[in-house]
Amino acid sequence: MILPWLILIPFIGGLLCWQGERLGLGVPRWIALITMLIVFALSIMLWVQGDFSLAAAAVDGAPRWQSEFQLPWIDRFGISFHLAMDGLSLLMIVLTGLLGVMAVACSWREIQRHVGFFHLNLLWNLGGVIGVFLAVDMFLFFFFWEMMLVPMYFLIALWGHNAPDGKGRIYAATKFFLFTQASGLLLLLAILGLVVVHYRATGVLSFDYEVLRGTTMTPFVEYALMLGFFVAFAVKMPVVPVHSWLPDAHSQAPTAGSVDLAGILLKTAAYGMLRFALPLFPNASQEFAPIAMWLGVLGIVYGALLAFVQTDIKRLVAYTSISHMGFVLIGIYSGTTLALQGVVVQMLAHGISAGALFILCGELYERLHTRDLREMGGLWTRLAFLPPISLFFALASLGLPGMGNFVGEFLIMLGTFKVAPVVTVVAASGMIFAAVYSLILMQRAFYGPVKVEGRLEDLSGRELTLMLSLIVILLFLGLYPQVVLDTSAAAMAGVQHYYSLVVPDHLNAAL
Amino acid sequence: MTLTTQHFIALLPLIITSATAVLVMLSTAVRRNHWWNATLTVVGLNLALISVYFVTKVTPIEVTPLLVVDGYACFYMAMVLIATLGCATLAHAYMEGYTGNREELYLLLILAAAGGLVLACSRHLASLFIGLELLSVPMFAMAAYTFRDKRSLEAGTKYLVLSALASALLLFGMALLYAQAGSLSFAAIGHQAAANISSPLVLVGIGLMLTGLGFKLSVAPFHLWTPDVYEGAPAPVGAFLATTSKVAVFAVLLRFLAEAPGAHDGVLRDILAVIAALSILIGNLLAVSQTNLKRLLGYSSVAHFGYVLVAVVSGVDISVEAVGAYLLTYLVTTMGAFGVVALMSSPYRGHDADAIVHYRGLFWKRPMLTAVLTAMLLSLAGIPVTAGFIGKFYIVAAGVDADLWWLLGIVVVGSAIGLYYYLRVAVTLFLTEPGMRRYDAPFHWGQRAGGVMVLVMTALMFLLGIYPQPLLTLIQSAGIASL
Repeated sequence: MILPWLILIPFIGGLLCWQGERLGLGVPRWIALITMLIVFALSIMLWVQGDFSLAAAAVDGAPRWQSEFQLPWIDRFGISFHLAMDGLSLLMIVLTGLLGVMAVACSWREIQRHVGFFHLNLLWNLGGVIGVFLAVDMFLFFFFWEMMLVPMYFLIALWGHNAPDGKGRIYAATKFFLFTQASGLLLLLAILGLVVVHYRATGVLSFDYEVLRGTTMTPFVEYALMLGFFVAFAVKMPVVPVHSWLPDAHSQAPTAGSVDLAGILLKTAAYGMLRFALPLFPNASQEFAPIAMWLGVLGIVYGALLAFVQTDIKRLVAYTSISHMGFVLIGIYSGTTLALQGVVVQMLAHGISAGALFILCGELYERLHTRDLREMGGLWTRLAFLPPISLFFALASLGLPGMGNFVGEFLIMLGTFKVAPVVTVVAASGMIFAAVYSLILMQRAFYGPVKVEGRLEDLSGRELTLMLSLIVILLFLGLYPQVVLDTSAAAMAGVQHYYSLVVPDHLNAAL
Repeated sequence: MTLTTQHFIALLPLIITSATAVLVMLSTAVRRNHWWNATLTVVGLNLALISVYFVTKVTPIEVTPLLVVDGYACFYMAMVLIATLGCATLAHAYMEGYTGNREELYLLLILAAAGGLVLACSRHLASLFIGLELLSVPMFAMAAYTFRDKRSLEAGTKYLVLSALASALLLFGMALLYAQAGSLSFAAIGHQAAANISSPLVLVGIGLMLTGLGFKLSVAPFHLWTPDVYEGAPAPVGAFLATTSKVAVFAVLLRFLAEAPGAHDGVLRDILAVIAALSILIGNLLAVSQTNLKRLLGYSSVAHFGYVLVAVVSGVDISVEAVGAYLLTYLVTTMGAFGVVALMSSPYRGHDADAIVHYRGLFWKRPMLTAVLTAMLLSLAGIPVTAGFIGKFYIVAAGVDADLWWLLGIVVVGSAIGLYYYLRVAVTLFLTEPGMRRYDAPFHWGQRAGGVMVLVMTALMFLLGIYPQPLLTLIQSAGIASL
């Protein structure tokens, strides 16, 4: 019974925030913080209580749900309100809870207009994301997938910034929404196509993930449906040819929106691939894997190169996200257990480090009222805490050993090398580029001649607490990732199982 | 044939509606009292709506060769009556500010509703034409009701001329079909059409009929009148035009195509597919640049009927159901959206609040009303949680089932364009820059009849979006009976 509450609590909390504004501006903030703390605590509780050991993985690769909840919903189409959780979903929900708390806390001072409605949107978005991570009915999954975008749209459009050289926040929000919704419609077509194929083959009309898995179809149909899923997830991830909404959305979004977007929303795409695209269409995915991996490589290199030339600090971080998510894409399609485990760690580590970098960008903006790197410089001597903390997360982003990002990227490369050595070698160049753009970020913002006059306020206790807790978590993830790996092992073994069913004859040949 | 009690029960909604029309006419003649006539109208329509429940006990039943009352007819009669009721409640608040004669609007509204009821039951070209004219003729007057406003008068005239042209084409098409089939009933025409599908009489006849009905439904390329009439007509009348009239006409079109299966094969199916594609693209593309909310809703209705036609073209088992579901969600949503426009324009002050700029920043002043409009816009865009998503889901399901991939591609493109302009309006509602505050809803809008209606529509919209199963069961039972 705890699963529906994970979704309901943010929705209820959001409504309370909206109405709570009548009582005072601080009320919605506290309600939102408490709501997200409850969600986070619940997810930790599920983690502690659950048994995610590898032995639990069933032999046929079917995921063994740790917890499940099912209610009849739309019988007409065989749709049920079916939620289920395994190690992968749990980790994603823990991340959502954590970054949700961060997102609420980092907007404490930034958001002064319409506080209640802001938190309504933030919490509903997070609730939708949790729904995405829990849904195992394809209709329900799509329901949450599309629904979570509306609050995000409002977050960017109403509380965003109008960057001086940008096209404005409404432009950015609309672009974000159009990209993701239009690709979402392709996903809907593919889901319905899959259901119809399954119905014609078996006479059973169902949207349930477990029923649909293992549907037999012709290679062409499988490939077409897989592409429908892939495009929707690729836009959200984002994979390079369809990434252009991301820098715009990030540069105009409020800090909480950026944290949410980079930390959690991008992960829903990777989650969708792991949970749905691969297990539902193993043969087509296998066939498509070389293309997907090269797209990942393209994303790594392209994102890194563009990050290097950005002058807007938030755009820079946004492009690094594209680069890092390229590793995730490679890892997913390499299909080895090692790489898949690396993907999980990379998703968590990137969520935390990118979230932290965006919070830092927000804090810089609050102090300097600019995000232009050309107008920064020399901050190292003028602030005690903010520059070293930035350095820490910049180093995390470049994959310094000891941080979670290193573990993730290293595992992904190690796992991929066996199946696609060329891809791995080219992708490894991304690590070097990462060092370049991370250090140039530090150099431009914090060293060099002082450009901004006047007294600058250092981090407050609230901001320090936020940052320190993220540092601790990231270090823990880097030094002792075994806890996470144990949790996701069964789920990833399941995904890998589908790959092992396919004879990998053309995979190596194509590379 | 002899008419038994059963037959009279089956006709109850029509009888009650017609009796209400007579009563309202007499009561207006005795004494002009706005409140009293509006109440009489609403009570009569409610009685008719309740009677639909009793009608379902005797269905399916054939009442003269002209009309058939089955589950399908009941479903569409109920929709027509609900939409008319909604318009009547909106009209009451709106007409309070009108200085001319207010009572006749209700009379026209009831007459048009009676036409809609006839169309829902029609299975004969004669009743089709009677119903269609009974629906259209009062609407000329309704569109031009506030005739001192130039735009309203223009809307009425434009609608009159084009609608008359459409009726003439329709009649000509019917005549050609009659020449071929020797009968006016749908079933006989379908039989003949199936046998002589390549006969020019059949092809031209059905083509002309589609043209005529296409005018009334304002599908592309017969949509040119739509934005002007929507813009000029008073807001409650616009709501009627967008909901009742289109739903009723679509009901009869679908029955015609379903009962005359020959009419829905080969080249005609292709023509319908092209009309659907054009409507989706043209409707959505032209809506993008609109700055007037009523015009925007007009173009969006063009696109929505393109979507419905996709279900018709697919011609699979769930097509009739998909059309029913889509029209229901469309009706609820459009009624809500027009309801907000009407509430903002009430009481009448010579010009409606229809420019998008009038709504700028409305949220911070009227949160509930704006939340309703936002929800309705999202529903029109087909976002999950709202009714529009269920409708769109049905359409896509029907299309996938029929392997109509190219048309579905157009649906996707159209929906993406649609999202753009619905969002543009939605976000305007929340902008904080001071807008033109010339218009505002009455303070206690939520406690007035129109406000209550809009809130009920919102609740229904969310119910359809979140837990649609009960209504889907209802729609499933509303199939076309073969008598």
